[in-house]
Amino acid sequence: MEVTKIENVTRIFRVGDVETQALRGVNLSIENGEFTALVGPSGSGKTTLLQLIGCLDQPTSGNVYINGKDVSKLNRNQRADMRRGTIGFIFQFFALIPTLTAYENIEMPLLLVGESASKRKERVTELLEAVELTDRAHHRPDQLSGGQQQRVAIARALATRPSLILADEPTANLDTPNGKQVMETMTRLNRETGVTFVFATHDPRVIQYARRVITLRDGVIIENHSGEAQV
Amino acid sequence: MNQLVKMAIRDLGRNRRRSFFSSLALGLGLALMITMAAVIKGEMSGAMDTTIRLQSGHLQIRAKSYEESKTSLKWEDLVENPVEIADQIASLDPVLAASPRLFASGIVSVRDKSTGVRIFGIDPLSEVNAPYRIGLIEGSFVNADDREGVLIGQPLAEKLGVKVGEQINLSINTSDGDVNEQVFIIRGIYSTRTNAFDSLTVFLPIAKAQTITKTENHASTIFVLLKDKNQTDAVISALQSSRYEVLDWINMNDLIIKTEEMANSYMNLFYLIVLGITATVIVNTLIMSVFERTREIGILSAIGMKSRSIMAMFLAETSLLAIGGIVMGVILGLFAVGYLAKVGIYVGNMGLTMLFGNYIYPELTFADALKTTIFAFIITLLAGIYPAVIASRMEPVQAMRGGK
Repeated sequence: MEVTKIENVTRIFRVGDVETQALRGVNLSIENGEFTALVGPSGSGKTTLLQLIGCLDQPTSGNVYINGKDVSKLNRNQRADMRRGTIGFIFQFFALIPTLTAYENIEMPLLLVGESASKRKERVTELLEAVELTDRAHHRPDQLSGGQQQRVAIARALATRPSLILADEPTANLDTPNGKQVMETMTRLNRETGVTFVFATHDPRVIQYARRVITLRDGVIIENHSGEAQV
Repeated sequence: MNQLVKMAIRDLGRNRRRSFFSSLALGLGLALMITMAAVIKGEMSGAMDTTIRLQSGHLQIRAKSYEESKTSLKWEDLVENPVEIADQIASLDPVLAASPRLFASGIVSVRDKSTGVRIFGIDPLSEVNAPYRIGLIEGSFVNADDREGVLIGQPLAEKLGVKVGEQINLSINTSDGDVNEQVFIIRGIYSTRTNAFDSLTVFLPIAKAQTITKTENHASTIFVLLKDKNQTDAVISALQSSRYEVLDWINMNDLIIKTEEMANSYMNLFYLIVLGITATVIVNTLIMSVFERTREIGILSAIGMKSRSIMAMFLAETSLLAIGGIVMGVILGLFAVGYLAKVGIYVGNMGLTMLFGNYIYPELTFADALKTTIFAFIITLLAGIYPAVIASRMEPVQAMRGGK
């Protein structure tokens, strides 16, 4: 079953009189359980495509479907509703709330969907174990390493059991061992939970984890390759 | 909701000094408002008390034709058999004391100096005249049967350069339109600590005042003090007469009440100015906070936090800053009012038509404290809406791209 489908999507950014066409008529379908990399040079449209799939942005034209629902024309609050519980995000920078502990950061999406205190506790504990950070539960982000912060972000993305997790350059700010650990965690969780991962990267060490690689250049998909992951 | 408050507390804690000074700005503003409200209340209630005590009493019974501004001495404008009427009134239970008074205008002259004065013919033994007796600072009080003695106020004595035992020349209007002149001896010098009153008023025993003004058994008014001024209406209804009118302290001191209303209106404007300044400080703090946390706002939005929750989070911060400021403001305000109420604020001779004391003793009512506090909280909260709206309208993509 398709988690997301993109139909003839364009996205044009206007800054003053200058127009930049970030995506030019992209068509794409991603199935449940995929572990897919969006690759391409800077400015190729990877991040823009992730943002459209993640309901963080709206296409200039074309349609974006999430679990069969057209999300292209939703307003700000409707998109927030769609993101909450359906889509998890992992960002290139360690996007945690600095005033909250690892535990509280993971708990936040569960609070937003109105989960009960006991279920929140159970789920956060389970996720902390899954990303091997139980002993760091009550540390704030500035007390965690970059890799640990990114694993907290992964746990947070998984908290509400979304059908899709989008990761934008998840290892870009990590050293090689930490980047490797993050990718291995994502791969394992994809395998164990069946959640779909789509991540944008231009790091060849990351690309090798993907079972499907979609290559973009100048806002169009130039290659769409499926196969076995190399690691 | 708890989580929003928890986040708000921690966010304010990130920059404790900035949060503290923002709250302090509100606190100082509120302390100023509380103090000013207490000063105005103290000033006006002091003026009312002083005027009731020295000049108007709680009630006055006068002839219907009596015109206060003309200090009329015509018999038909005066109260006949005033002692008898005063005794009847004094027998009423709510009445503390009642006593006749005769007012006349005159000129005091000593050597080459002279000045216009008003003459109060009083019953020296009556309790209504206790404030003058208590205020005696030199010499003795006049006796009821004294035919040559007067009391003058300290500022008048200083102005004329006279002392107790010295003579002054008094020219007084009479009921038939003439002027009577006589030399009097200063028996005593008094001070009610109200310059406007003391520099103008000369006391004579009423019997002598009646003789010199040719008013015989008449008085300008029966001056009545009540045990409790809330009993005013009850006493008025017991005193209805076809010949005389009864004036109460509210009507007689209408100017003070109107002045207080006007002062309160100005105070509201003053509060708005003070709160406008403190609100600007708080808005500035919160806007800085919004722009410093642009990326976090983007993250919260990305993980599904709705605009209204983001707004609520910033309003929670505003509320916390406001509560902190209010706590500081109330404490500082109470200290300021407590201190000033103890030492008083010297204002000197301010009295014109109203009798302001030489000192203002601030009086803080619970209602004023509550009003200023609620006003401060609401204005601060309203000020917090703008930064909260900025935060809630941030698009997650732009927020995360541009933020820190």
